[in-house]
Order: sequence, then C-alpha cells, then structure tokens
Amino acid sequence: MTTTDAAAPAVPAADDAREPVLSVRDMRVWYGTERGPVRAVDGVSFDVRPGETLGLVGESGCGKSTLGRGVLGLTPPGSAVDGEVLLRGTNLVELTPKELQKRRGPELGLIFQEPMTRLNPLMKISEQFEETLRTHEKGLSKQEIRERSLEALRGMGIPPSRYENYPHEFSGGMRQRIMIALALVLRPAFVVADEPTTALDVLVEAQIIKILADLRKNFDTALVLITHNLGIVAEACDRVAVMYAGHIVEQGDSREVFANPQHPYTKELLRSTISLSTTGLHYIPGSPPDLGNPPEGCRFHPRCPVAMRGCAVVEPPEVRLRSGVRSTCWHQAIEVDPSLADELGTDGREPLAAVKEISVADEA
Amino acid sequence: MPTKPDTDAATVAMDKRAEDPVEPETLVEIENLEVHFGLRGGLLSRMTGRGAGAVKAVDGVNLTLRKGEVLGLVGESGSGKTTLGRTLLGLNSPTSGAIRYRGEDIAQYGERQLRPLRRKLQMVFQDPHASLNPAMDIRTAVGHPLIIHNLVQDEADYEAKVVDALERVGLTPPERYLTKYPSDLSGGQKQRAVLARAIIAEPELLVADEPISMLDMSVRAKILQLMLDLKRDLDLTYVYVTHDLASAKFFCDNIAIMYLGRIVEYGPTEEVFADPKHPYTKALLAAIPEPDPNKAVPRDLPRGEIPDAARPPLGCSFHPRCPVALAGCGWEARDLRALLERRWLEMPVEEYAKEKALFADLTALGEPEVTRLSIAPGRGHTQEEVLEYLRNLREEGSAAQPREPFWSGVVAMQAEGGHVVLEFEQSRDPRLRLLPETGVQVACHLYDGTGDE
Amino acid sequence: MSKQSGSLRRYILTRIALAVPMVFILLVLVFVMMRVAPGDPIAASQGGKLSAVELAARRHAAGFDRPLYVQFWEYLKSVGTLNFGTTFSDNLSVRDVIIQRGGATLSLSLGALLVAIVIGVPVGLLAGRFRDRGIDVTGRLFAIVTYAAPAFVLGLLAQLAFGANGLGLLPTSGQSSLLVGLNVPTTTHILILDAAIAGDWSAVGDIAQHLVLPSVTLGLIIVGVFIRMIRVNVIQTLQGDYVEAARARGIKETAVVTRHAFRNALVPVVTVLGLQVAMLLGGSVLTEKTFNWPGIGQALITYINARDYAAVQGIVTVFALVVVVISMLIDFVNALIDPRVRY
Ligand SMILES: Nc1ncnc2c1ncn2[C@@H]1O[C@H](COP(=O)(O)OP(=O)(O)OP(=O)(O)O)[C@@H](O)[C@H]1O
Ligand SMILES: Nc1ncnc2c1ncn2[C@@H]1O[C@H](COP(=O)(O)OP(=O)(O)OP(=O)(O)O)[C@@H](O)[C@H]1O
Ligand code: SF4
Ligand code: SF4
Ligand SMILES: [Mg+2]
Ligand SMILES: [Mg+2]
Repeated sequence: MTTTDAAAPAVPAADDAREPVLSVRDMRVWYGTERGPVRAVDGVSFDVRPGETLGLVGESGCGKSTLGRGVLGLTPPGSAVDGEVLLRGTNLVELTPKELQKRRGPELGLIFQEPMTRLNPLMKISEQFEETLRTHEKGLSKQEIRERSLEALRGMGIPPSRYENYPHEFSGGMRQRIMIALALVLRPAFVVADEPTTALDVLVEAQIIKILADLRKNFDTALVLITHNLGIVAEACDRVAVMYAGHIVEQGDSREVFANPQHPYTKELLRSTISLSTTGLHYIPGSPPDLGNPPEGCRFHPRCPVAMRGCAVVEPPEVRLRSGVRSTCWHQAIEVDPSLADELGTDGREPLAAVKEISVADEA
Repeated sequence: MPTKPDTDAATVAMDKRAEDPVEPETLVEIENLEVHFGLRGGLLSRMTGRGAGAVKAVDGVNLTLRKGEVLGLVGESGSGKTTLGRTLLGLNSPTSGAIRYRGEDIAQYGERQLRPLRRKLQMVFQDPHASLNPAMDIRTAVGHPLIIHNLVQDEADYEAKVVDALERVGLTPPERYLTKYPSDLSGGQKQRAVLARAIIAEPELLVADEPISMLDMSVRAKILQLMLDLKRDLDLTYVYVTHDLASAKFFCDNIAIMYLGRIVEYGPTEEVFADPKHPYTKALLAAIPEPDPNKAVPRDLPRGEIPDAARPPLGCSFHPRCPVALAGCGWEARDLRALLERRWLEMPVEEYAKEKALFADLTALGEPEVTRLSIAPGRGHTQEEVLEYLRNLREEGSAAQPREPFWSGVVAMQAEGGHVVLEFEQSRDPRLRLLPETGVQVACHLYDGTGDE
Repeated sequence: MSKQSGSLRRYILTRIALAVPMVFILLVLVFVMMRVAPGDPIAASQGGKLSAVELAARRHAAGFDRPLYVQFWEYLKSVGTLNFGTTFSDNLSVRDVIIQRGGATLSLSLGALLVAIVIGVPVGLLAGRFRDRGIDVTGRLFAIVTYAAPAFVLGLLAQLAFGANGLGLLPTSGQSSLLVGLNVPTTTHILILDAAIAGDWSAVGDIAQHLVLPSVTLGLIIVGVFIRMIRVNVIQTLQGDYVEAARARGIKETAVVTRHAFRNALVPVVTVLGLQVAMLLGGSVLTEKTFNWPGIGQALITYINARDYAAVQGIVTVFALVVVVISMLIDFVNALIDPRVRY
C-alpha cells in the first residue's frame, strides 16, 4: 500500500530519529473457517522504535489480538501469516517455528489479559522464573537466576519473601505484575501487552499502567499496548494506531490523534467513550463487519456519518498529513491530493447517509 | 424502530435529573445491614468452631432509596457491591439488619413470603451470556416471569406482552427475535433481551450488576441510553452496581463508594465528584485515565491492593493504603511487615538479607489484629539491635516527605525480656456521618473531629 | 518453605480428624443395614437344621437377643479390636477370612492397577498430545473395546489364548500352583510378597505367572477409563492459558508439553485412580470367578448366599474402612501435588 505524503519529503519527521525495533509491512493474517477465510488482519504497516509505546485501539473483533499474536507467531493452527514482520531486519514470518521459539522470550514478549490463569498453578513462582531463564540463557548459576528473578520481581513491587509462593497465593493484580516480570526478566526488545489491565480494578490498573510507562524509560523496551480504554492510550502511549475491521485506519502521535482526530472512525470512537467529562451519550450505530465478508470500498462506510457515495465502491488510500498522522479516509486523501477525487467518480462525493439504515439487528 | 446513523439522533441530550419539587417517596430503606459468609477455608476450624472465620461481605450498611432514583454502588472487586445488591432483592439472606421495602421489613422473609415481591424487584447481571439459558428461545426466556408470576390469561396475551417488551428494548422487529436462541445474538442484543425479561413483569426496582462492563465500549452507551429510556417510560428505580466511576458519574443521582463491605462515602453524585472527601474516593478518582491528554496529570496512587476480606485490617479498612492515615486508624502488626517489605523492595539483595536477618520470624508479623507485638531478634542479633533499627526507621519515616503514617500509630516501642515490644494506638472504627452543610456522608476520622491531635 | 510444609502437615491432620466422623457414620449405616434385613440371622443360616431351643441358645450366644444399643456397642468393640467373631456357616474366624481372602484380592487389584497405569498413562498422554493422529485413533479404539468387553469375555479370551487348552503359556487358575501356595510362610498375606520375604524365588516366579492373566484382564477393564480421561485432560491443558503463556516465553515445545501439559493433566487422574482401586477391591468378583482366584469378592458372594451375617457384616465393615482410607490417601496425594488443595 502506498502512502501519499503531505509533508515536505526533505524534512525528516522527528519520530524517525531512531531505527525501529519492529517494522511491520503489509501484514496479513487469515483464519481458516468453514465459511471461508476470515481476514482478521488485512494489510497493516507500522513501526515501533526502542523505548516507544504504540497503543492499539478499536472495537471488539477488529483484529487487535490477532495482530499482536501474529507478530510473535502465536496464531492458532489453521491460520496463516503473510507480509513482513521485521525484527531488527529479520523477517519473522519466514522463520521456522523453532527459530521463532528461540526469539520468544529474549527478544519478543507477550503479556496477556487474564492474569489469573496464565501461571502454571502447580509450579512455584521461582520455578517458572528458573524455567524461563534456563531456556534462554544457558549456563546461569542457581544464584544468578535467583538474583535476576528477584530483581525483575522487585521492579514490579513483588517482595522477595514471596518468591517461593505458588500462583494461587497472589491476587489478580500481583499475578499480572508477576507475568510482566516474567516477560521482562529476559529484557526483550519488543513486548506486546494485550489488554493487560482489562480484568483488574481501577487502582491496580493505574499501578500497572504506571509500571508499563516506567518500563520504556528504564529498559528502552518497545511496547505495543492493546486496549479498549482510550484513557490508557492517552496516558501511557507515545503513538496510537486505530484499527477497524483488520485495517489500521489512523496512526500517529497520540496527543495529536486525541486532540485532532482525523479519521471519522477515530472521531466516533472518541465521542462514544464514557469518561468523567461525559455529559451526553453518543454511540456508533451498527457494529464492525464480519471479517469473512467485509463491505466493499471503505470498510467503515455503512457506519460512517460522513460517508460519500464513492466510499462504498473504492477503497481509500492512506495519506500522511502535515502533522505526521496517517489516515485512511477519502476526505483526508482529497485534502492532501485533490486530484485523487477523480477516483471516486462523477457523483462520488455526494453524501451516502440517505441510502442506509442500520437497525439494532446489526449491532454488536 | 431503526436507529438512523445520524449524529443528532445518536447524541441524546441528558435529562436525567429533571427537578421534582416534591420529595419523592422512599422505596427502600436499609438499616445496619450485615451479610456474612461462612469461610470455605479450614475443615478443622469449621468442625471445631475454632477460628471459624466469616467474610463480612456487607458490614453495617445504611441506605435510603427513593422512588425514581438511580443509586450507584461503586468500589473495587470484593467490596461487597454484588452482595448488597442481591440482598436488597432477597436473593441473599442477611445476617442482621433491616430492609424495608415500602415500609415492610423483608430482611427475614422466607422464599414464600418473597415470591409476590419478586415481581417488583428484578436484577440484571453482568454477563449477558450466562444469564440466558442457551436452550431457551427468546420468546420463552423473556416471557418466563409472566409464567412464574401468573400474569397472563392466554397465549395471545403472552405473545403481546413479550412483543411489547422486545419493542421497548429495541429488539425490533420483534418477530425476528422471538424464535432466536441466545447463541444467535451479539453481546449487546443479549443484554437487551435480559433487560426485556427484567421489565416484562413491570418491576419497580431494578438492580443492575455491572450491566455494561462485559460489553464492547461502542455498545455501552447504547445500553445505558436504553436503561435511561426504560426508567423514564416505566417509572423505574435503579441500583447501578459498577466499578466504573465514569459511567456512574453520568448515570447516577446518588453514589455510595464501598470498601471492604462498608460504605465509606455516600451522597449526591455531583457533590461527591466535585469534591471527594474520603481518601479512598480521592484515590479512585485520581486513578481514572483521562482520554484527553491535555487533562492528564501525573498522580500518586495508593500503595498495595484491596486486602483479604476474610482478614480485614483493624479500624478503618483503608488505613494500610491511606496516605493521610492518623494514629487511631487501626495500626497493627501486619502493617509493620508491609512497611518492611516495601522498604526491602528498594534495596540491593545483600542489604535486604542483612536487615531481614535481624528478625527471627517474619510470619509472626503477618497475623491479623495484633496490637501488642513482640518481636524476637534473629539468630546472632540482640533486642537492642532490633530496637535501634526500628528507631532509625521511625526517624526516617517521620522525616520523609510525605510522612510515613504508620509510625503515628506506634505508641510505645521498647526492649523487654529479649524481645522488642511494639504497642499500637487503640483503633477506632470510623462511622458514616453527614458532613455539615453538605449532603455527603463520610466514614473517615479526618472528618469526625477525632483526627485533630 | 517451612510455611508450606507446615500447612501440608496441618492439612493431613485435619483430614485424618475428619475421617473419624465419616467412619462412625459408615459403621452406623452398616450396622443398621444388617439389622433391617428381613429374617433372623441365626434362623436364616441355621433354620431347619437346629431345634428351637438350640436356635435360641445360639441366638443368645451371638447376642441377637440383646437390646440394639448393646449390640451396637458390641459391634463398635469388634471393629475396634478387629475381631468380628466366627462365621455362622463354616465356623471360621471372620478376621482370618478377611485377611486371607483380602490379601489375594489386594494383590490382584494392585496388579491390575499396575497394568492400567503402565498402559493407560502413556497411551492417554500420547493420544492427547497427538490428537487425531494414529496413536490417538488406535488408543481410543482400544479404550472403547476394552471398556465395552465384559470381564469374563476378556478373561475367557485370555484363557483360550494362553491357558492350558490354548498356547499353554500361562496358568489360568488360582493364585499359585498348589504346593507352592502351601509352602510359602505367611507374613503379609500377599502371597507374592510373602514368597519374596521368604527368599523363595521360584515361588515368586510361579505366583507372578499366576498373576499375569487375571491382572491384565482386570487392568484392561479399567484402562479404557484412564486413557480417555488422560487424553481429554491433555487436550484441555494444551489449550490452556498458562500453556500458551509458556509458549510466549519461548519455552521449548517438549518442555511445554511435558512440564506444563502432562503434569497438570495427571492431577485429576489421581482421584479417579483412587476410586478405581476402591472399586477393584469390591467389584472384581467376575474376574475372581473366571480365574478361580481366592479373593474376598467371591467369599462375600458365598456368605451372602448363605445369609451368614457375621461374615457379611465383617467384610462389609472392612470394605467401608478401606474406602475411607483410600479416599484419605487420594486427598493426601492430591495435596502433595496440587498446592491449591492445602488451605
Ligand atoms: N481462532 C479463530 N478462528 C476464526 N476466527 C477468529 C479466531 N480468532 C479470532 N477470530 C476472528 O478474527 C477477528 C479478530 O479477532 P481478534 O481477537 O483479533 O479481535 P480483537 O480486536 O482482539 O477483539 P477484542 O477486543 O474482543 O479482543 C474476529 O472477527 C474474530 O471473530
Ligand atoms: N456466596 C458466597 N460465599 C462466600 N463468600 C462470598 C459469597 N459471595 C461473595 N462472597 C465474598 O464476599 C465479598 C464480597 O463479594 P461481592 O461479590 O459482593 O463483591 P463485589 O463488590 O461485587 O466484587 P466484584 O466487583 O468482583 O463483583 C468477597 O470477599 C467475596 O469473596
Ligand atoms: S472513506 Fe468514506 S466511509 Fe470511509 S471513513 Fe472516510 S468518509 Fe467514511
Ligand atoms: S479513617 Fe480516614 S484517615 Fe484514617 S485511614 Fe481511614 S481513610 Fe485514612
Ligand atoms: Mg483481543
Ligand atoms: Mg460483583
């Protein structure tokens, strides 16, 4: 997918300063189902730099988890990954399962949503750390393993006196912190956190977000943080990518995106979030499409309040705006390059709103 | 009725607090309600009765619910919100206290006496997937209360009522849904069906236990809007159980903040949010991430996590996490252990090991409700060394910014017969009391005059 | 560490203390069951053979004319001293009957269990790991066949195949050859052990040969349950959250499968295993009959037919006690391997 650039090419944008740890180009993930392939991730491209946190947001079923797992090669049997996932220049998609397994842990980490069930109940915390360290760093002495593990746990606020305990002796928040410590003890360069706080209470959530925010400062870890909570993105992420129906529809600096959302979906998503300053309820009608059979043209057009006739037919290109934000919508595309309007056809810019009706029947 | 994807129609102006000049009648009054659960734990203690503990899921709650009000019960997991809501409807039997529904105390009612009231008191649960029987089609599921309470004459009557309920919750056209099974519906649609079932018997009070927390964020606003519409059309009273302060702020007239079975702050939503009084409420509000990056502020979070409800802290349950706790807030031996562990977290391993060796047995420090603590020095150490160490800690803690509140609760610390003995200030339970010149009740020593020393 | 083992010790003590009321309730049940059965025990077993006077005397001697609470107290005492009196029908010490016959049943049950574990655990684990592949399909088929085929069919097949009329490789009747059995000095009443203790290795060989067919027959009956249960557990744990988390940490696939999936999958099996043992002890009558095995199951049937209440009461009481002990052992093992059980 080509990106039309609005910024003068001579001036490199500030965020391009460091080489990305992870470069994803045109990545696709399919799930094979009885009803045919489900294209859960359909051509996404993004970069994550050292010490940077990228927030990944979007409604349920838009492919966020699939994207996160796809990067680590952890999609279930019966699925396929295509495109480029470059980890410091190596394309992970082309690696054998064994080579990939060696990189999971020391280079790639994954933190899950449900902390309660992610630790083996029959193994002490110490044993799970030992296993992890032994697998990837051969030749560590018992003493060194202990020190490294306690160090990682301490960073997450777990006292050393709890090292020999079993998982069931910890609360959900503590277990999540142990999971994070377990992912970080190997100092991976890149970590995916898939809704790490969704199952936790507000206070614990805030504590964990703080820990994750400290992480990039202290370890230079690149982090992709998947969440439903836009507040968390605003608070903990440098950049944000908004996903809809398998595409990234807008990405850029999170302050910029939140202050001046460009893509209609981003705008709608922000408006429908209930926050402390909410005074009226707003919602996006309908629900994300079935990815086995997505709509023609722009996938958001059946729900888009500013859709045009052409949107239902021609897929919009991605354009880079002056702010550095990239958006995939005809409105921004025409703004950046008015000549693109021709692609929509003669009456392609007429509003589409009059033609469609969405009932509760189609809601999520 | 199809919802047009039209911005104006979708944005619905909020009009929930239409001022009513006359004081509405009281619907439910709860007095000193306690709900205790016997502990699942030790078999032996269960048999012998020794140390047979109980979780005080609801521990002395007073509330008044007026007709047409939306009351929010807010708090962290395990604070007793669900238990309180269920007890209100007679789904749990209270250990003690009164629940007066229209003046009638139903607290000790049996199932038979409750049956006629059940129709008027309905509940909506968090998980819409679990609240619908997968083997029942929507027609049967939604109409079920009509059969239970014997509210229909014939088949046609039944059908008409179910269709009406489905229309009210926006499952239109109803014919499309009557024969569907829960597995054919999305999460939002299921929750609508659950709401239809809840309103079909024309209830007065609806307890909604986290009705939107399992739903996708884009659906949450829809369900909240539906609940507001239903309330307006059917003259309902709501108890809204949630841990999401943002939706509670929007949705509720009054709000009760719960912590470990007790209400710590209770009052009109606007007042509570504009000027939170209890340190716990303040912490909760500070913890909410704000989607507007220009408003986001760095914040101090309370340390630790919600304590084990089976072994609650002495005095004010919040004291181990409270940054401004006072001497009488309930300090005990366990807090010393927490303090030491926090300190040791910051230390290199060798120093930690050295300090830990001063103590013979840390587990003794973990016992609840110890207000006179005798500490045995570790092997090769004397009580003087331990005393010296603790004195240094106290000095550091009192000089620190912000000050460590633990030490204010230690009234005496001396060496005695080979041990170091710590005595803690007598604890006092903070009571919920109305703050002068406000509508807000708070349970905290900062506000009951006992705090200023 | 000390804290952990401390709580384990406390758990075990608690569990033992809890067994006391359980035993008492069971004893009451057995006692009541024996009394509410119609007909007078003495009359039933000896009726017609003795005169009315003699019957009354017998009844008096056995204590059946005394008040129930006295009888119950006597019963408790007999349980306490493990002295259940003598059988009515053949005048043997009930205790000796139980010990001798029980020893035979025990050795058969343990043999069968060994067979079930040796075959069931690996087949179950592999079938779960390599789901829908050759080993799984074969294992499942095997499980169904062994589960569905009644004991005596298997037993008869085994006898035909290996017994004197077939290939003649293995003995098909009794615990040992006649002379061997008589010459082994009794210590544990488990014949093979006794022979080993006595150092009589040729006897051990003979007894072991006798054990093979009945054990395999009985073992195959329960192995189907094992295989299917282990297979399902392995499939479930392999899809489990912590297995996925271990993979995400880059743990090697073999380690993921053995350390995380297999171990955790075997935990619930312990419970089933214990229950199977309890069942084996009581329910191997058919196998015992087929192989002419002098076990307690056969004895119980004989005494029930003879309406020999003293013997039946003694045997049933011991069964009840054994079930309690086994369920206690299951709990101990569970607590040992699963830290969540000790609270
Ligand atoms: N194993 C699978 N087989 C087939 N389809 C799948 C599978 N897993 C996910 N999908 C489909 O892929 C799409 C994307 O799912 P994914 O879990 O990535 O979404 P998500 O954005 O993470 O949603 P959520 O916010 O609910 O976690 C969904 O439509 C889902 O139904
Ligand atoms: N049936 C029960 N038996 C024993 N303990 C119970 C029972 N129900 C609840 N509890 C305990 O009572 C306390 C309060 O539980 P409750 O479910 O009311 O909390 P909650 O505020 O609704 O939490 P959440 O936000 O997790 O739903 C908890 O410590 C819980 O473990
Ligand atoms: S391309 Fe068209 S339909 Fe898609 S978001 Fe933009 S305006 Fe809406
Ligand atoms: S009573 Fe108030 S000051 Fe004291 S610990 Fe509780 S909340 Fe803090
Ligand atoms: Mg997901
Ligand atoms: Mg609850």
